[in-house]
Amino acid sequence: MVESDGKNRLGALPDCIEMTETEPGFTTEINRRSGVNVDLCWQCKTCSGGCPFAESMDYHPNQIIRLVQLGVKNAALSSSSIWICVGCHTCSTACPQAIDMAAVMDALRQTAITEGAAIAEPHIHDFHKEVVNSIHRYGRTHKLEIMLRYNLARRNPFADFNLGLRMLQKRKLDLLPSKVRRMPDIRKLFKKKKAASHAG
Amino acid sequence: MPDKKFLEFSYFPGCSLETTAKENNRSLYTFCERHNIALKELDDWNCCGSSSTHSIDHDPAKWLPTRNLALAPPGRPLMAACPNCYMRLKLAHMILNQNGDDREEYKRLWGRDFDPDLRIITFFELLSDLAEAGAFETHKPGLKGMRVAAYYGCMLARPPVMRHERNFYGLMEKVLLSLGAEPLKWGYSARCCGTFLAASRPDIAARSVADIMAGAEQVRAECIVTACAMCQMNLEIRSRLPGKTPVFHFSELLALSLGIGGGKGWFRRHLIDPRPLLRARKLIG
Ligand code: SF4
Ligand code: SF4
Repeated sequence: MVESDGKNRLGALPDCIEMTETEPGFTTEINRRSGVNVDLCWQCKTCSGGCPFAESMDYHPNQIIRLVQLGVKNAALSSSSIWICVGCHTCSTACPQAIDMAAVMDALRQTAITEGAAIAEPHIHDFHKEVVNSIHRYGRTHKLEIMLRYNLARRNPFADFNLGLRMLQKRKLDLLPSKVRRMPDIRKLFKKKKAASHAG
Repeated sequence: MPDKKFLEFSYFPGCSLETTAKENNRSLYTFCERHNIALKELDDWNCCGSSSTHSIDHDPAKWLPTRNLALAPPGRPLMAACPNCYMRLKLAHMILNQNGDDREEYKRLWGRDFDPDLRIITFFELLSDLAEAGAFETHKPGLKGMRVAAYYGCMLARPPVMRHERNFYGLMEKVLLSLGAEPLKWGYSARCCGTFLAASRPDIAARSVADIMAGAEQVRAECIVTACAMCQMNLEIRSRLPGKTPVFHFSELLALSLGIGGGKGWFRRHLIDPRPLLRARKLIG
């Protein structure tokens, strides 16, 4: 069943992949970033059978690998799958070729960000950004602030309001962050990355 | 037992146990003290990066865990409470072990040599050793036949480079049995809880959690016990079933089996109140 946007929600690849949209070099780039050789994948689909979230993805995990093998860059980078994948490794444990799916998904997500691709799941991206900001600021995650800032980022300040209140009531959310004392140690790890990406 | 020598571990609690899951941290300390195990919290530890950092930021994700390795004093194993923090720490250690350039960088960053022999373990490795030694036979009053569904989540799944690491599937059931509980067979012990999707796509996570909770109800579990504090929280916050099966941290059940827990304030912190069950089972007063 192919839906109006051309993506197949039932698990098979779209009837036809436009090979004109391929970009040679994409496969190599993702292999390099992830440390995985995607050409080892023989499309047995074991990964997709075991993935707990495949039904919520636009392309199933094996299809994402196929897109990378064929170099269909845009479809891969703008897919929702690369954001919905939680990196649980359920698939890799069963993969006959020991493909590190989580590493491929990480590489695709990071490439999507650096290349300014359309981000299919902006909420998930916003949430990750808030967690990373929190670590950058305190060296540890401060859950209350992450929740509040994430809600602001998606302009929905009262999302999960009741849940937040219950967690506060149960003292599960600390008002103040738990902090690393030697913060320069943490900051230099984030600077390091900036320097590297400017150089690259 | 003052004559017994304390076994010492460097201890990495991680962000969850430090904040949202303090009851996990405290019950873990309590249990360890009873077994003459001293946990020395790693001084000034930092977040291992969690799933968000490696999702979007390669470099900090790679180097955040290495600072914790550098903080670990030599001669003591480093124990992580959370399976996911363990994986990040261990993976960082494996990468450093394999790569000379990275070891140079490590030295430049943290001003000390990389210790290739640092032993990194999870709490479950310690449990496994204690189980071998028959340490749980002495736990009184035990868990009084409570029907427990042990939930491992994705603690069992690891990236391919860690394939040959020890795996602890079945350990919780084994320990539960020796504590006098009734561990149940069920179909969802390894189904992922949804991790960050519980916050950023609750609709998706809730479906997964609903399957897990319904699976536990199906085998008439009185409670679920998790290996990971984040799983525990996700199961609690995204459960929409009316039945509300309580969800424990494994360390809480260990402490309860020693008769400790009532009056400690741990169970008040649960979003699904386990106290009615514990009272009915006479595990707390
Ligand atoms: S399980 Fe492995 S080999 Fe099979 S389709 Fe998935 S990635 Fe490819
Ligand atoms: S790592 Fe990603 S693709 Fe693999 S099973 Fe987990 S969520 Fe699915």
